[in-house]
Amino acid sequence: MKDEFLSPGQRMMQRFRRDRIGMISTGFVVVLFLVAVTFGTLSWLDVPFPADPNLTSLEAKLQPPSAAHWLGTDNLGRDVLARLLHGAYISLSVGFVAVFVSLAIGVVVGAISGYFGGWVDNVLMRVVDAIMCFPTFFLILTAVALLGPSLLNIIVVIGLVSWTGTARLVRAEFLTLRESEYVRAARGLGQNSWAIIFRHILPNAAAPIFVTAVLGIPDAILTEAGLSFLGFGVQPPQATWGNIISDGKSYILDAWWLILFPGLAIFVSALAFYLAGDALRRAASSKSETQ
Amino acid sequence: MTSFIIRRLLITMVLVFFISIVSFFIITLTPGSPYPWGELDPKISQTVKDNFRKQFHLDEPMWKQYYLNMRGLFSGDLRSIKDGRPVLERIGERLPATLALNVCAIVISLSFGLLIGVYSARNAGRWPDVTLSVFSFAMLALPGFWISYLVIIGITAWFGTPLLGTASYGTVFPNAASQFLDYAWHLALPASLLALGGIAAQSRYVRASMIETLGEDYIRTARAKGLDEETVSYKHALRNSIRPLITGIGGLLPALIGGSIIIESIFAYPGIGRLGYQAVLERDYPTLIALNFITAALVLLGNLLADILYAAVDPRVRLE
Repeated sequence: MKDEFLSPGQRMMQRFRRDRIGMISTGFVVVLFLVAVTFGTLSWLDVPFPADPNLTSLEAKLQPPSAAHWLGTDNLGRDVLARLLHGAYISLSVGFVAVFVSLAIGVVVGAISGYFGGWVDNVLMRVVDAIMCFPTFFLILTAVALLGPSLLNIIVVIGLVSWTGTARLVRAEFLTLRESEYVRAARGLGQNSWAIIFRHILPNAAAPIFVTAVLGIPDAILTEAGLSFLGFGVQPPQATWGNIISDGKSYILDAWWLILFPGLAIFVSALAFYLAGDALRRAASSKSETQ
Repeated sequence: MTSFIIRRLLITMVLVFFISIVSFFIITLTPGSPYPWGELDPKISQTVKDNFRKQFHLDEPMWKQYYLNMRGLFSGDLRSIKDGRPVLERIGERLPATLALNVCAIVISLSFGLLIGVYSARNAGRWPDVTLSVFSFAMLALPGFWISYLVIIGITAWFGTPLLGTASYGTVFPNAASQFLDYAWHLALPASLLALGGIAAQSRYVRASMIETLGEDYIRTARAKGLDEETVSYKHALRNSIRPLITGIGGLLPALIGGSIIIESIFAYPGIGRLGYQAVLERDYPTLIALNFITAALVLLGNLLADILYAAVDPRVRLE
């Protein structure tokens, strides 16, 4: 076999490509992303494909799945498939943007804590410990309910509450990396702390941060669904996977399709993100998992 | 050991202070009307509003409100906006149900997590492990309210058994044993559904830790002595890989209490989760502050006890 030089990133990609579950779930995530973008655009352009998600029709209410309505209709006669497709981008944007917010806070706090150490580290980590004691979902529910449920509020609150795990992880990475030779060299060359943190250490901690980000997306999606279920999610008429179930729960014994399909959409998407994230984690860790 | 306990107690006191700050300010700093009847109701006169503000100290500066609320909480004077009853009393009567639910969920998570984790680690990389790992992520990915609905529909449609609440109402029980069984039945389903995510998380921790331990030198020595694989796995490896399971409870508990809100609402279970949801709907600030504070303090207390127990068992921990 040809002995070629591969960068750690290339080796990680090579391991990832050999992971069958990882590839399948990543493929699914890509499809999901394309669906969300396509139907998000259609929604924005008001194109009623495959049907208008907000078109009510009282003659066609609560119809079981049929050729005309593949996944049935809800209590106002709206097409469930259309609502699922047009709602996909809301669920995904909650996942992506909330994770972005929590990463931004978590990385900065963790980096400062791990790099400077001492009393700064002590204070920041005690704050993290304190926040981690709270039942996150209850804290989010309280804040969202008092602020008023809107897409922006939900995203910001989820992000503001869920950065603690990332902060701990980044801190641990920084504690090891700050002792490495290239960091000492950079310090010896007289670089300032911020340049060392962001230019030298952070890129070397990118892989584990990326893994937590991917694993954070399904958490945020599930949290939004839970909030929707309690009536504090993104508000109707905008369709989201969570509020289709929430609207449908009054009809559970008559219209199972209102519960089953949106729940499946949430479940399968969250599972795909978890499996893709876990495969990335396996690929990123240099030692073999099976030993 | 004494110095370890004193240090832990000091840190805990600092954390209690942080927790009280978070639970107070997350509620008071969020914009929005504090009135349970909303800001714009024309039927409410200014005098009524002023009296309300005075009664709940809303006319005081922020730091004083914090002080008054916390003093009220600790002395038991803090009263609910909704019915004027002391908040501690309202929470106290709901706490046993939630504790029963959460303790059961923890026991279920730990026992299944341990079984699945050890089995996976012993088969690491082979198909039982791969299947179980997909299965654990599936449990994490299940929206709790969704699976609860499906289970409720399934059971009521096929068996017609009563499920909701803590007991089958209107049933006369011939003896205490059957009454207890009825209570257990009403507890079992919500506790298991609540535990799904916990089983998944715990099994992942146990698996990772067990794989690491199985690679240690003393495991090779044990095998070389000719001990059978069962003894090596359960006596030598498992004992040394149990620590993440215990630390994992610290992370599990807040998730379970958070999950209780949804599970209790669906199963009409009279615990603090439902109380919290009602308080959110009623914008009952004192109850919300107290609930956030008490749940976080319970978790903190649990972590403290776990740490001390741990240090008692494992002397290495005391030096950290």
